[in-house]
Amino acid sequence: MHISPVLWQFLVKWLNASALFPREASTIAPYTDALYFFLLVITVVGLILVGALVFGFSIRYRAERHPVAIQVEGSTLLEATWTIIPLALFLVCFVWGALLYFRIYTPPTNAMNVYIVGKQWMWKAEHPGGQHEINALHVPTGRPVQLTMISQDVFHSFSVPDFRVKREVIPGRYSTVWFEATEPGTYHIFCTQYCGTQHSGMIGEVTVLTPEDYKKWTQESTSGMSLAQNGERLFASMGCNACHSGSAAARGPNLAGVYGSKLTLTNGSQVLVNDAYLRDAILNPSQHITAGFAPIMPTYQGQVSEDGLIDLVEYIKTLDTNYRVQQTLTTSESNQVAPKTPGMVKP
Amino acid sequence: MSTTTTTIVNLPDQRTATLPKRHYLNNEDGLLSWLFTGDHKRIAILYLISITFFFFIGGAFAGLIRLELLTPQPDLMASDTYNKMFSMHGIVMVFLFLVPSVPATLGNFLIPIMLGAKDLAFPKINLLSWYLYVAGGLFTLAALVLGGVDTGWTFTTPLSTHYLNTNVVTAATGIFIAGFASIFTGLNFIVTIHRMRAPGMTWFRMPLFVWANYAASILMVLGTPVVAISLVLVALERTVGIGVFDPTKGGDPLLFQHLFWFYSHPAVYIMILPGMGVISEVISTFSRKRVFGYTAVAFSSVAIALFGFFVWEHHMFIMGVSNYSALVFSLLTMLVAVPSAIKIFNWAFTLQKGSITFETPMIYAFAFMGLFVIGGMTGVFLGALGMDIHLTETYFIVAHFHYVMVGGMLMAFLAGIHFWWPKMTGRMYPESFSKLSAVTSFIGFNLTFMPQFILGYLGMPRRYHVYPPEFQVLNVLSTAGATVLGVGFLLPLLYLGWSLKYGAIAGDNPWQATGLEWQIQSPPITENFTEIPIVDHEAYDYDWLAHKTEQEVTTVG
Repeated sequence: MHISPVLWQFLVKWLNASALFPREASTIAPYTDALYFFLLVITVVGLILVGALVFGFSIRYRAERHPVAIQVEGSTLLEATWTIIPLALFLVCFVWGALLYFRIYTPPTNAMNVYIVGKQWMWKAEHPGGQHEINALHVPTGRPVQLTMISQDVFHSFSVPDFRVKREVIPGRYSTVWFEATEPGTYHIFCTQYCGTQHSGMIGEVTVLTPEDYKKWTQESTSGMSLAQNGERLFASMGCNACHSGSAAARGPNLAGVYGSKLTLTNGSQVLVNDAYLRDAILNPSQHITAGFAPIMPTYQGQVSEDGLIDLVEYIKTLDTNYRVQQTLTTSESNQVAPKTPGMVKP
Repeated sequence: MSTTTTTIVNLPDQRTATLPKRHYLNNEDGLLSWLFTGDHKRIAILYLISITFFFFIGGAFAGLIRLELLTPQPDLMASDTYNKMFSMHGIVMVFLFLVPSVPATLGNFLIPIMLGAKDLAFPKINLLSWYLYVAGGLFTLAALVLGGVDTGWTFTTPLSTHYLNTNVVTAATGIFIAGFASIFTGLNFIVTIHRMRAPGMTWFRMPLFVWANYAASILMVLGTPVVAISLVLVALERTVGIGVFDPTKGGDPLLFQHLFWFYSHPAVYIMILPGMGVISEVISTFSRKRVFGYTAVAFSSVAIALFGFFVWEHHMFIMGVSNYSALVFSLLTMLVAVPSAIKIFNWAFTLQKGSITFETPMIYAFAFMGLFVIGGMTGVFLGALGMDIHLTETYFIVAHFHYVMVGGMLMAFLAGIHFWWPKMTGRMYPESFSKLSAVTSFIGFNLTFMPQFILGYLGMPRRYHVYPPEFQVLNVLSTAGATVLGVGFLLPLLYLGWSLKYGAIAGDNPWQATGLEWQIQSPPITENFTEIPIVDHEAYDYDWLAHKTEQEVTTVG
């Protein structure tokens, strides 16, 4: 048979370019693959066992060789065997899978945070340092990266197969995922939850850089304004500081140092202040009234974009004293009251 | 009829066997006699025709999907069209083929006969359920003709409620109505099995096919209302914006997932359990041996139905559910895998010491066992929490549920259709053609879906119209397999149609099987039995059958 050399070359190239096993590019990948191979082995063993029984009996007891069937009732011993052994194996899978799950979904405390906003049909990545990316994400090797993700519209799912991580990106609530990349290179980002027309176009690339290259990249690609700085402007422009001024007589609770603390609400419940709580308290304030304050805060539902909320959250995170708030307050009210504070130098 | 002292299969002499003069097919004539029939056997035939119609519609969508995926670029159709293709494929196959497949056709036909009853408990409700099914089907077809629907069969909110401009409400109405068909069928089965067993037919003398359908009926009656509710909520959210699932109105989009999967996971067992019932009958008959561990197989059906209700959250492990609830659901998922393993091993040991022949239903049953082991074990992959993170929403899951639904259920359905074809029509299917089609389907099936496991581990997401070029080789293999599979599914349509007129006359009991349905004429009379049978033996009692045949021979002389 004669195959044209052009076709042959095409075939060789085509086969070489095709993948059979994903790259292991994160610290999690080897753990996932280990469980995968364990599961593969028990599947193949199970299949061979059932196959051997079926074919073995079919040959041994086919009608030509074994014309009269011998009726057997069953056997409690055998029933127990094939109940207990599969059960034990499945329980091993359960424990192993659970350990892996907790490993993948429990971010280390020293992880650097990047925000991801999903929308039809793109991924926006926002670094606290003010780098904004679309359908791309730059991360360093050797450092855990936590993604705090939210969707602006429908369910999406952020998946990086070569890292073996994936998490649903949900409208109205933050979800998180983390990874530590090990190999510099570029890897696919897929949206794996069906999200409408361009679902298969909602893809991107993670670029993993060495720490030095990453440092260079952050310096070269910052927008000049960190997320917290954007948040501060938003905070002032929406007049948040009118109530959250931090002074003793303020109508709203003090925000300095609130992030990470435990708050007692009017209904008596205790909450941990994290990103999700802050976002929710801005959008549905009436459900999150700090004890001792009146429910006077209006809802900001529909007035702040998810990006704006991220900026505000980042800003509140960085507030450790009320100095900035008061400074903003003073500036914004400077038309009415001339600043007399000694030590403050106005240009 | 000379060698009836042994239990070797013995086709009646084809020259002397004749079709009975009166049977349920020719008892009354005319279209109206079919459309107003209360006869469970005729309703089963109506169902068989309608689900076959929808199967080939759903199959056409599958063919177009595979054709588009031959190349990484979009070339055959636009993204919106592609999205409609997989949505309609899923909706038609799940709600209009798989859910009613075995229960509404074989179950309808056989359950009353297997129990020794004249009909189901509520013949008119049985007919109503077929009309509801057809109405549901028409709504779905209307959604298709009016421009399709592109929600995916899962109707994920808020995509389905706020972001799509297609015929979501029409399709949801279709499923809502078809759901009642399934509830009524389930109700009918439960009442019939409880109340209408012939004298002597105790629970543990019932064929395992009846047990499996009983378990599936419980799931239908308890589960289907929940999907109906969730679809009504989707429709209300779309039309009047009630905000149950809309986060900006204080709703919870995850609530929809909980409601939907609360039905749609048990629905998987609605689909597979009756298929398992078929396999029990077929394996026993062609090994001429009582099913090994009858009680274990019967109770494993009930256990699957019971556990099946408490595993739905395993569809949501990556959706930000509490880690601890994920633990519980993963554990329960592992438990539900055990009864399936029990069944597989019991079937394998039924063969031991049997006297095995390899007619087409048996070939399909063997295919079922192999494919179901793969389908079931890959379910364990997905039930293991950490593994699920990487595998879910990829082609791995697509391959997994096709192994269970097509490799499992469809193979079981075809096994059953071939097995009971002589009883339903009075004629044999052509053996060599049907063996060819069984082998073709098996090969085509594996070629289609095995590459998808690899694609899934590589990370190729499901429902992708355009994909990275490095996935092409495996996709080409899969499409090639789908072509073979298509041939394997078309063949039965042709030769079974042929056999209606030209097939050999089957006689009452061509397989020398023990079920009550094989002790009456083929095709049966409208009332099934000339006199109510009195059951004095266990199911699959081949000695009883041999004894009975021997007596008949001596009486006749």
